Amino acid sequence: MKQKKLIATLLLALPAAAAFADITVGVTVSATGPAASLGIPEKNTFALVPQTIAGQKVKIVLLDDASDTTTAVKNAKKFVAEEKVDVIIGSTITPASLAMIDVAAEAETPMISMSASRAIVDPVDGKRRWVYKTPQNDAQMSTAISEHMSNNGVKKVAYIGFSDAYGEGWANEFAGVAQARKIEIVANERFNRADTSVTGQVLKIIAAKPDAVLIGGAGTPAALPQKALKERGYKGLIYQTHGVANNDFLRVCGKDCEGTFLPAGPVLVADQLPADNPVKKSAQEYVAKYEGAHGKGSVSTFGAHAWDAFKLLEAAAPVALKKAQPGSKEFRAALRDALEGVKNLPVAHGVVNMSPTDHLGFDQRARVMVKIEGGAWKLVK
Amino acid sequence: MDFQIALLLGQDGLTNGAIYALLALALVLVFAVTRVIFIPQGEFVAYGALTLATLQAGKLPATLWLIVALGAAVAALDGAQALRHGGARKLPRILALNLAVPLALWLALANLDLAGLPLAAQVLLALAVVVPLGPMIYRLAYQPIAEAPVLILLIVSVAVHVVLIGLGLLFFGAEGTRTPAFSEGTLELGATTLQYQTLWILAASVVLIVALYAFFGRSLYGKALRATALNRTGARLMGISTTMAGKLSFTLAALIGAFSGILISPITTLYYDSGFLIGLKGFVGAIIGGLASYPVAAAGALLVGFLESYSSFYASAFKEVIVFTLIIPVLLWRSLTTHHAEEDE
Repeated sequence: MKQKKLIATLLLALPAAAAFADITVGVTVSATGPAASLGIPEKNTFALVPQTIAGQKVKIVLLDDASDTTTAVKNAKKFVAEEKVDVIIGSTITPASLAMIDVAAEAETPMISMSASRAIVDPVDGKRRWVYKTPQNDAQMSTAISEHMSNNGVKKVAYIGFSDAYGEGWANEFAGVAQARKIEIVANERFNRADTSVTGQVLKIIAAKPDAVLIGGAGTPAALPQKALKERGYKGLIYQTHGVANNDFLRVCGKDCEGTFLPAGPVLVADQLPADNPVKKSAQEYVAKYEGAHGKGSVSTFGAHAWDAFKLLEAAAPVALKKAQPGSKEFRAALRDALEGVKNLPVAHGVVNMSPTDHLGFDQRARVMVKIEGGAWKLVK
Repeated sequence: MDFQIALLLGQDGLTNGAIYALLALALVLVFAVTRVIFIPQGEFVAYGALTLATLQAGKLPATLWLIVALGAAVAALDGAQALRHGGARKLPRILALNLAVPLALWLALANLDLAGLPLAAQVLLALAVVVPLGPMIYRLAYQPIAEAPVLILLIVSVAVHVVLIGLGLLFFGAEGTRTPAFSEGTLELGATTLQYQTLWILAASVVLIVALYAFFGRSLYGKALRATALNRTGARLMGISTTMAGKLSFTLAALIGAFSGILISPITTLYYDSGFLIGLKGFVGAIIGGLASYPVAAAGALLVGFLESYSSFYASAFKEVIVFTLIIPVLLWRSLTTHHAEEDE
């Protein structure tokens, strides 16, 4: 009887001991649903990350949240309760990431989001102490656009964006920076991702006679207003956001996108960066890894956000390992502190300098202006 | 708004409305014959357009897998049923129709230079791949429960819709595609210009509507469908197979849906999930027609198209709200004017 009990205890203890040895990472991405074109490259990226950090095995638990907030929260709860993860990475989209903050903070588990909105990490107060993110803030990108506009003599701008959080966010951010640079917004229109026609909005924009049009959309749907503008004979400048920085956009938009300007993460034009750019090497590393596995031209800037999230972990985990063992509350707290202490870390999208008030850590090196030329991205110097 | 803008908006509304009208007709047809509110109607739009785009990229469309798999399932079900009822001589026909034809299509596609074919041939091949899904889906999802209440049929529709959307993402990926226009270029028309593709859409819609009218009015099969729509039991007593009527109506719905998708994919980007919203707008049109009247449904769909176009000019942020709010006064008016009969279950 006693022997049996002993064996049972040992058997129970075995898997537990094994689990404690690994750094467990819970990843939730939007591999299906409306944000799938962002989530799929992110998912692919996690298959390429190193298997160990500082000699410790890394166990990645990857779940799909179908671009759905409720599912993302459910995934996060599962990570915390069942997998006892040391860090949560996700989600792809802003609403899901915002909702996951509560779970991460309650479980005192650091979380690295791969979605853009500033509200996820700013201000760094109570709950957001635990939250970091890797994509640039929209504000950073919109200042790049407004700067380029005023350098090119643009006085009147029309805006057309998604009728969702992405389009609204850009409308608000851009309205702020445009005012500072005395650029007048003469039309403010919305369209849906699934729309088959934007004729009405485009006619209104052309009637307002703007010098430039900014299209606040992401992925291939953002090609629709641009095509409609060209079709109706619009001749002014057209700006897109970094949300379109993938090759599918070039494929769908075709020759109608020639001459379009957009701000983007440097990883998009990694090979064209000057040799002394600190981001060049780290961006090229990711591009080579991803294209090696998925073919030439397959890389997207969204996958690089996932890569950067893992880079952050790679930088912070060795520091935390000195203080505690993975799987413990102490390790998670140490990891949080270590993430906050990341300094001068070059990642695919820029150089990270975290601080207790900045959980993004990017500066101007995290964005470049890009022009679409000959069906490819060209760095604007 | 000056006259030119009004004209351009009207033209845009007419183009979209024509597509919604086709879908509304398909929805009315399916509902009248089988009492199925066919939510997946829009998926055929996306499948048609995306299959054509895949063919043009010179690749084998993954929809082929689906018709082969569904065909095998149908053959197994029908074959088992035939054997059980001692109808072994029906077997060759069942196998040929559901297994041999999809496999032959696969072989043909695998050996053709798809990207180099003329557009008309590509369109025909795309239709040949997508349209069989209609009767197969009917056979697998609806025929076993053909006598069930409307609510059950609706729930099954939702399930089929979700499955098709998921498969669409798997087959075609998350990003959208466009296909080349049937004929490039624009036509100068006084103050406005018309794309040739717009003319194609309008002409094709009119031709299809007239063809449907002739089909229902003149042909034996059309009359059989109308009879089934009026009274299922009565039609059966007259020797009309309700199963045949169901399959036929689903084939027509799939044909109309897939062809609509092929028509609009040169003027807009289509995604694996764009069918739903397009289908939903056709549905609003069909509701205006009380899911019973073809002309009123078509007119309703045109109204949706115009409303969408003009509201996108005046209040683009509220466009969808305006379009779908239309359904409330329509439902009110319907519930006040129509005699309400409880469905006997």
